[in-house]
Amino acid sequence: MIQAIAFYLFAGVVILSAGLTISSRNPVHSVLWLILAFFNAAGLMVLCGAEFIAMLLVIVYVGAVAVLFLFVVMMLDIDFAELRAGFVRYAPVGVALALALAAEVVIGFFGYTAGGVELAVKAAPLDPTIPNIEGIGRLLYSRYLFVFEGAGLVLLVAMIGAIVLTYRERGGVRRQSISSQVNRRAKDSTRNMQPAVGQGVEL
Amino acid sequence: MNGSSDLVLILPELVLTVGALVLMLVAAWGGQASTRAVSWASVAVLIGAGIALAGPASSGADAFDGLFRADAFAAYAKVLIYVATAVSIIVAPAFFARTSGDDLRPEYPVLMLLAAVGMGMMVSAGDMLVLYVGLELQSLAAYVLASFMRRDTRSAEAGLKYFVLGALASGILLYGISLVYGFSGSTEFDLIAAAYDATPGTGLLIGLVFVFAGIAFKIAAVPFHMWTPDVYEGAPTPVVVSFATAQKVAAVALALRVALDAMGPALLQWQQIVIFASLASILFGAVAAIGQTNIKRLLAYSSINNVGFALMGLGAGTSEGAAAVLSYMTVYVVMTLGSFLVVLQMRGADGEPIESIASLSGLSRTRPGLAAAFAMFMFSLAGIPPLLGFYPKLAVFWAATDAGLFGFAVAGAVGSVVGAYYYLKIIKTMYFDPPANEIVGRDASSTLDYGLIAVAALVISPLGYLLIKPLAPVTAAAASALF
Repeated sequence: MIQAIAFYLFAGVVILSAGLTISSRNPVHSVLWLILAFFNAAGLMVLCGAEFIAMLLVIVYVGAVAVLFLFVVMMLDIDFAELRAGFVRYAPVGVALALALAAEVVIGFFGYTAGGVELAVKAAPLDPTIPNIEGIGRLLYSRYLFVFEGAGLVLLVAMIGAIVLTYRERGGVRRQSISSQVNRRAKDSTRNMQPAVGQGVEL
Repeated sequence: MNGSSDLVLILPELVLTVGALVLMLVAAWGGQASTRAVSWASVAVLIGAGIALAGPASSGADAFDGLFRADAFAAYAKVLIYVATAVSIIVAPAFFARTSGDDLRPEYPVLMLLAAVGMGMMVSAGDMLVLYVGLELQSLAAYVLASFMRRDTRSAEAGLKYFVLGALASGILLYGISLVYGFSGSTEFDLIAAAYDATPGTGLLIGLVFVFAGIAFKIAAVPFHMWTPDVYEGAPTPVVVSFATAQKVAAVALALRVALDAMGPALLQWQQIVIFASLASILFGAVAAIGQTNIKRLLAYSSINNVGFALMGLGAGTSEGAAAVLSYMTVYVVMTLGSFLVVLQMRGADGEPIESIASLSGLSRTRPGLAAAFAMFMFSLAGIPPLLGFYPKLAVFWAATDAGLFGFAVAGAVGSVVGAYYYLKIIKTMYFDPPANEIVGRDASSTLDYGLIAVAALVISPLGYLLIKPLAPVTAAAASALF
């Protein structure tokens, strides 16, 4: 019972916040709604018994990607004075949202401990004694090795592409030449002089 | 897993990948000076991969527990892909040397090779995961190649437009795949086909629609064609050569693979989608091409139109239909390569590329050989009988009528007549208009290009009908691998 309640809660919030992501006019709000959507998607994964994927979703998407998005959003021309105005007025809403998230976590936890959601169709019913990470690792590096290597090539192409499109050879830049530094000898750079008294040294 | 026997089956992909990685290192150390050497070495790698296809890679076995199909169909598509990729590498140095923007860098052939790996994965996919990874590998390389001329704003625009719309299409495809996976319980083509065979529920059907929408974007079929003219116009011409030939073959082969291999039992469901996309592409490609003034845009609409005819063979849903699609794509690749090679020869007094159709006026008097070759390609693309372009059109019409789809075939034939108008308009511009004298004579650097034009013209000439007899059993065998 509690699983069903938790499922519909998470699913409902995902859909709601995804809708608000695309419909809100302020890009900062958009990103915040997106983070909420990712968070609830992670909750759904917990209910399915895929704890590792849920944690990945939180760490990779909420942690890295959303923060990256926020940085990009910060580069947009947004009036922050306007944004900060009314902080006190909106504070109760923020507290309410925080409480709602906390409640979600509690409901999700009880849903998970009550046994999670049974999926109707399972591709490969796994041995329940195997932990998540081990199960994924076994598939990823044996059965799906070919796809894994393909994904590696996709990343390589992305890297080559980024360099090809942005790298520019700049003229007039002094570069370090290690070999000429190492090959330099004392006799190339020092000279013995016998200056006469009262006369300077011509360098 | 039985490692080494799987590796033998993916030998062409291994050759291409290792070749691309080694050449990447050569490019990193050799710098700009190594461009020509890397280009020719990558053509050699493509030839090597083509030779590797002759072995177990076309035996019909499955590698990696059904993830990768090394069958005759994939091998046939890969031959076309490798040839087209090689041509788009060969023509690049001469093009980039004459443009005022960026020079050719050695990453160009390397990205082409990696795109060829992706296309190979697409046509050999036996699992939705391989299909998607291959598609992304090919697309990502294509986005970079489209904006390869960094100082040219049109090239950058083409790359960005292709990237944004391509990402959207990938999202749609992935959504469809996730629905299919969710309702069938597997990403394997065999098990998906079994799920469609049983009782396809609403979820599976919605998934099918999304998957086909994503694929329709990749093959540029109406109503998902909007990006094609803009990208073809802005991207560097040698890259467009690859878009219009190699990537088109890969995407159409992918459509065949998914429709017949993974979703074969749902024939009645996807047939409606394919028939609609086919007729819409034929008619829209023909009508929208009429008002174009840029030759690359016109060829983009021509490619939309031709994809419509290729889909007609798929719409038949039979083994003969699939064989007709393969022969259609073969002849289409030759005609399109020829047309783009001629477009590459359209150069002004300073060697800058000219793309307007008006500049072709009176080309028959200033450059009779080039005009004759272009006229042949245009007649052939229009499907006018003595030339080879007529035969595959006839084959797809036959396939459609054999499957009992008479209305479909008749509508396609009408569309083909409408399409003939704009091809003939170009011939009229070249032969009957007063010379514009914008396109100047040939220079020594393009001898190889002229050789390629001559070969392409020879293949599509009536002599090309001699190829049909040896080609027919090969396409039939390749198509039967899907059933």
